[in-house]
Amino acid sequence: MGGLLDLDLVAARDALRAGETTSTELTRAYLDRIEATRNLNAYITVTADRALAMAKVCDEKLAKGEGGPLEGLPIAVKDLFCTEGVLTTAASHILDGFKPPYESTVTSNLWGAGAVMLGKTNLDEFAMGSSNETSYYGPAVNPWRAADDAETKLVPGGSSGGSASAVAGRAALAATGTDTGGSIRQPAGFTGIVGMRPTYGRCSRWGIVAFASSLDQAGPMTRTVADAALMLSGMAGHDPKDSTSAPLPVPDFSAGLEDGVKGLRIGVPKEYRIDGMPAEIEKLWAQGVEWLKDAGAEIVDISLPHTPYALPTYYIIAPAEASSNLARYDGVRYGLRVDGDSLAEMYANTRGAGFGAEVQRRILIGTYVLSAGYYDAYYRKAQRVRSLIRRDFDQAFETVDAILAPTAPSDAFAIGAEVDDPVKMYLNDVFTVPLNLAGLPGISVPAGLSARGLPLGLQVMGAMFEEAKLLRVARALEKAAAFAARPAMLEGI
Amino acid sequence: MSLDKATVASIATLARLRVPDDRLEPMVGDLNAILGFVEQLNQVNTDGVEPLANVTGHALPQREDAVTDGGYPERVTLNAPDPAGDFYAVPKVVE
Amino acid sequence: MAEADSAQPYRIQGETGPWELVIGLEVHAQVTSKSKLFSGAATAFGAEPNSQVSLVDAAMPGMLPVINRECVDQAVRTGLALEARINEVSVFDRKNYFYADLPQGYQISQYLQPIVGEGVVHLDLEDGRTCEVGIERLHLEQDAGKSLHDQHPSKSYIDLNRSGVALMEIVSKPDLRSPEETAAYIRKLRSILRYIGTCDGNMQEGSMRCDVNVSVRRPGEGFGTRCEIKNVNSIRFVQQAIEYEARRQIEILEAGGTIDQETRLFDANRGETRSMRSKEEAHDYRYFPDPDLLPLVLDPARIAELKASLPELPDARKARFMSEYGLSLYDASSLTEERATADWYEAVVKGGSGKRDPKIAANWVLSELFGALNKAGLDLADSPVSADAMGGLMDLLGDGTISGRIAKDVFAEMLETGKDAAAIVEEKGLKQVSDTGAIEAIVDAVLAENQDKVAEYRGGKDKLFGFFVGQTMKRSGGKANPGMVNELLKAKLAG
Ligand SMILES: [Mg+2]
Ligand SMILES: [Zn+2]
Repeated sequence: MGGLLDLDLVAARDALRAGETTSTELTRAYLDRIEATRNLNAYITVTADRALAMAKVCDEKLAKGEGGPLEGLPIAVKDLFCTEGVLTTAASHILDGFKPPYESTVTSNLWGAGAVMLGKTNLDEFAMGSSNETSYYGPAVNPWRAADDAETKLVPGGSSGGSASAVAGRAALAATGTDTGGSIRQPAGFTGIVGMRPTYGRCSRWGIVAFASSLDQAGPMTRTVADAALMLSGMAGHDPKDSTSAPLPVPDFSAGLEDGVKGLRIGVPKEYRIDGMPAEIEKLWAQGVEWLKDAGAEIVDISLPHTPYALPTYYIIAPAEASSNLARYDGVRYGLRVDGDSLAEMYANTRGAGFGAEVQRRILIGTYVLSAGYYDAYYRKAQRVRSLIRRDFDQAFETVDAILAPTAPSDAFAIGAEVDDPVKMYLNDVFTVPLNLAGLPGISVPAGLSARGLPLGLQVMGAMFEEAKLLRVARALEKAAAFAARPAMLEGI
Repeated sequence: MSLDKATVASIATLARLRVPDDRLEPMVGDLNAILGFVEQLNQVNTDGVEPLANVTGHALPQREDAVTDGGYPERVTLNAPDPAGDFYAVPKVVE
Repeated sequence: MAEADSAQPYRIQGETGPWELVIGLEVHAQVTSKSKLFSGAATAFGAEPNSQVSLVDAAMPGMLPVINRECVDQAVRTGLALEARINEVSVFDRKNYFYADLPQGYQISQYLQPIVGEGVVHLDLEDGRTCEVGIERLHLEQDAGKSLHDQHPSKSYIDLNRSGVALMEIVSKPDLRSPEETAAYIRKLRSILRYIGTCDGNMQEGSMRCDVNVSVRRPGEGFGTRCEIKNVNSIRFVQQAIEYEARRQIEILEAGGTIDQETRLFDANRGETRSMRSKEEAHDYRYFPDPDLLPLVLDPARIAELKASLPELPDARKARFMSEYGLSLYDASSLTEERATADWYEAVVKGGSGKRDPKIAANWVLSELFGALNKAGLDLADSPVSADAMGGLMDLLGDGTISGRIAKDVFAEMLETGKDAAAIVEEKGLKQVSDTGAIEAIVDAVLAENQDKVAEYRGGKDKLFGFFVGQTMKRSGGKANPGMVNELLKAKLAG
């Protein structure tokens, strides 16, 4: 028995219900672990007092045999979710000192289900990045190290890097993430955990600091597929405060998880076989195909012809929306203000000092592609290509139940290795972005190790609102992969 | 299409971003790299394709007309860097 | 625009010849609703600073808009009243710009696909001409907050109470040709909006604001370059602004210059317009569909229902008042401009025995009642005389109980005491004398007392007839039936 920290979300829930431990005990164990893993820089804010107070209430409920589906389970929250009275930064200087007088719907749902908040995790500034290096609070660190180089710190991926790092480093039982272009799945792949992006509209966006409104979606980051199903049940649901929220009931995502893939048709898209893809990733993908075939699925070669255009489409649409979404950070109502002689100067000074380089790049690109004379050539063009990308998926899902692909084109890289080349950084999202443009659900499952001994993920993509089926396929993959490797830092805890 | 320094400076003005001179040059390079990258889209034939603005396929939900919010000026100005009573204050705007 | 041939078109005479004005209006009308367009905060005027502000209106991070169904209905009602096409699918866009009272850094508006398309407003002009003014479109959008510049020496204070209140922007075609037509257009639009209850039309409180586009041209030529005068908040100012601006443009053109298309401000104190170039620079609104919202889809059944629920509109009512009650165009127009007036008038006409004379009632409402209310500075809603009471007075007039002259005294008493006409007449014994014998006795007495005058009259001095009428009425205390007095006097004097 590896102790409390080795219990996954489902196991911890069972242990709490069985009275084998208490929420307070579990929460304390995680708070201790957070202190012990400060070098991961996974958290921006730790809410120890609040966590213990919440745990105490949970224990009272549990003792009476009451409580919600997540009662007493300590989790972390990406610092993009507004949490009432708790510093919320989006990892940006511009939100200095911001304590929202409101709670996001997703976190509110989680607390309503009984979960305990450990703190707010690190991320790329405004979720713009794929390595967590754009954070004003410094990069989060991947708990994993390459087998041949224990010294070099690696990125946990991004933008939900702090959440990934916390879950992989046992500094949270589970965490929330958001996925605009792969920001849950890619870091999950880099850190050997499960990360799921639900269908657009499944989780409310209300109270989540917006990056790109038509692409943003919250989702769970967990150790197992079953944990993801449990966690998603606590996050999802129709929200009248979000006009884009799906007016659908939330199914029991955990039901049918073990039903297997017999008779399901799994698509393998040829366009994901890109130039320069490392052989080990291609091999792992082929392995995944075999696993599912062995489990009884029918493998179907499919084509998603507009895949190569997904990244450029994304890098027009996301910055365009972001440039507008981030206009509200102007030094008037909250956050940083840098004075100026006039209103315009105050704005420019505040925003110039408050936003980091990557955010500024995206604001400028977004402003440009929406500006007079360029709108049609860039923004509208991108929206048309987005139509084609969505159409590709719609056609594919007429014949297949799910699609299998790699999560990312590489394993985790060294901190600092790619920061100087934004376009190269963007390529990290090549396999994850198409799904966001189409609004579909996807999940990354740890499936193997690279030659350097780092985790690699495989991604399963599903049709609109078919999260249950997606989770079922992911569970089959997880079972077959039987990924048991752990980062060295977990030895002896 | 390639952006020059003056164009980037005017976009920055439009976006209310102070980009100091020494940061302008590298920014021009980055933005041109990104624009070069996204220009791949010109290869796609999109004749007759409707632009996709949102993926839900739903129509806009509409709420009933009732006063259900507001009445808390203190929450509105709680985080303001320069509150003045229940107002926000900004450098004087001359019209 | 159809102009009657008889009337002279409006021209400004320049140094080099006549100029024609081309005017188009963008009217921002605040939608009557309890809560804001995209938030549940209240919309009432004059509240404490930032007390009617939700977290959405203050653009807190992560806040999202949810549309108010009633505001949508109000826009549709307005569109229908403007005889306009209602678009079953419309789209909300973001208009991006930075301003102190625009917390989101963008205004949610409608750009390419507004909720209402082309329509028309019919005008009756004072010189008897009629014309049609085309409506280009109507769209829904958010209002901005308010900046106060006089509270602090170096700072402006921001109040977001207005932020997010629903506005209808009603854009006319450039169909207006004079300040008077423009005034008539605004009055008509205001009348329609107030009839259907979609905007209170209160220009002082900013419920209706006008952006005026003005250009000039030689009669018969194509459009000139226009200037937009922003946010003019009274009809008089609109007229002044147009006149000033047209003369300014003519002066420039006649001196060989060209007009810069620009946004201008009307300075009411100086009665002139001036450039807002500072605000103009670097404006590039970067409209794009708001990704927080989905297309607004209207069910045709809902549109039909809204159409069926519209009240009779001013034009239709005016036409009916003319045909059903035989009123003049002028009286019918005056009575129907405000729905409350028309309702009040019809309550008078249709009440009681149903035999009240509509023309007499119209005169009483328009001259006696409105004269008295104006003098007292009262609105119709605060009238001390109810439509019912006025009806009572009409009945007494109609059945000959009192004469028109007595009626005026009774009415004055009604205004003062709020009493019933019948009660006043009873109390003061003002009943008209229609008894032939009684009147004959008075007439006889008057004639007997004025034998000399009778002789003069019979000798050809016709003008003296009025004298006999006056004497008879005086002697009767004003109560004698004037018709009978006339008849009897004529007969007896002839005799
Ligand atoms: Mg306008
Ligand atoms: Zn407007």
